[in-house]
Amino acid sequence: MAAGTELTPTSYIQHHLTFLAKPWGQGDFWTVHVDTVVTTLIVGVLCFGFLWLVTRKASSGVPSKTQAFVELAIEFVDSQVKGIYHGPSLLVAPIALTTFVLVLMLNAMDFLPIDVMAWVYEHVFRLHNWRSVPTADVNTTFALALAVFGMMIFYSIKVTGLGGWVHELFCAPFGGNPLLWPFNLLFNLVEYLSKPLSHSLRLYGNMYAGEIIFMLLGLWAATGVVGALFGGVLHLGWAIFHILIVALQAYIFMMLTIVYIAMAHEHH
Amino acid sequence: MNINLTLVMQAVAFAAFIWFTARFVWPHLMRAIDERQKTIADGLAAGEQGRQNLATAEKRAGESLAEAKAKASEIVALGEKFKSETIEQAKRDAKAEADRIVAAAKAEIAQEAARAREALRNQVAELAVAGAAKILKREVDAKAHADLLREIQQQL
Repeated sequence: MAAGTELTPTSYIQHHLTFLAKPWGQGDFWTVHVDTVVTTLIVGVLCFGFLWLVTRKASSGVPSKTQAFVELAIEFVDSQVKGIYHGPSLLVAPIALTTFVLVLMLNAMDFLPIDVMAWVYEHVFRLHNWRSVPTADVNTTFALALAVFGMMIFYSIKVTGLGGWVHELFCAPFGGNPLLWPFNLLFNLVEYLSKPLSHSLRLYGNMYAGEIIFMLLGLWAATGVVGALFGGVLHLGWAIFHILIVALQAYIFMMLTIVYIAMAHEHH
Repeated sequence: MNINLTLVMQAVAFAAFIWFTARFVWPHLMRAIDERQKTIADGLAAGEQGRQNLATAEKRAGESLAEAKAKASEIVALGEKFKSETIEQAKRDAKAEADRIVAAAKAEIAQEAARAREALRNQVAELAVAGAAKILKREVDAKAHADLLREIQQQL
């Protein structure tokens, strides 16, 4: 906690929900959440570096336990991709793997106890505001969802051609009658916009709500012995349940990524 | 919920991670997995082949065994037949030999008896002549009475 400020429930929650924001220029947009970006980079470099190390030592003979573990993850992703996407692109499976691993590990940052980490950031790294979970930052989830959205548009245009894509915008799903063009366009726009929105906000909402509940239980635990007891027990229960949420949300995010890219390959 | 430059940086980071995975991680591991799958599939096929070979060999061995058994029993039957034939032959030969020996013995005995009878007859004749000579107190001329003596001999 910040020295010299009184600790109230509001300030406690606000403290935990404040990003380490650094201005990069003029205006609200030109700000960077240093904690989000740095955590993402550290987690990503560790994860993909680990994968790369395993890859370098990979043998086609009897695999080591580490390699078997990585192969398990890869085969899991590969089977999911093969079940949904039947197109020619070899890039979809690596995209799905990257998405799954990255989202899973960023979500897993939520397992770090917030108040212990706040103390560590404060006293070890001299950082007053530092949020551990990048996926509880809407910027991260929007970035991932928009990247997937971009790939979706890219594959749509690649499969049908630019003309075909524009044609489909106006002529599907209701028909090619010029009177129906506005409705088709409206329908398609809603469909296109809803995808990245639901994609990103689902993940963001789950992780953000998870953090908030940890904080509320932490607040309860601060009210006294009974509160500490019940708050602690509930905290444990929520943490265990959160393991499911973390994995499930990563899985859903990956599956939606595959589904959206696969849908881009189907044309009317 | 404030959207800012973080979004762009996160998107760039995400793209970089995708590139890294697609370039360095995925192809190598998939190759290793595919190669291992092929090795395992080959091994399984070889095992299946071996099992088939074994079944064929077992079948062939069974056939050879049955054939050998049949041949052996044939040989045994032949042997049995030969044996009984030989025994029969031997029996027949032995019987013939025995008959022959018995016949020869019988013939010899008959001969012997005849000879003995002849000798006895001669002796009796001599005895009779000697007796007669004693009775007559004189020498009997054998030549003179040869006919008589032969007649006696015949009657004995």
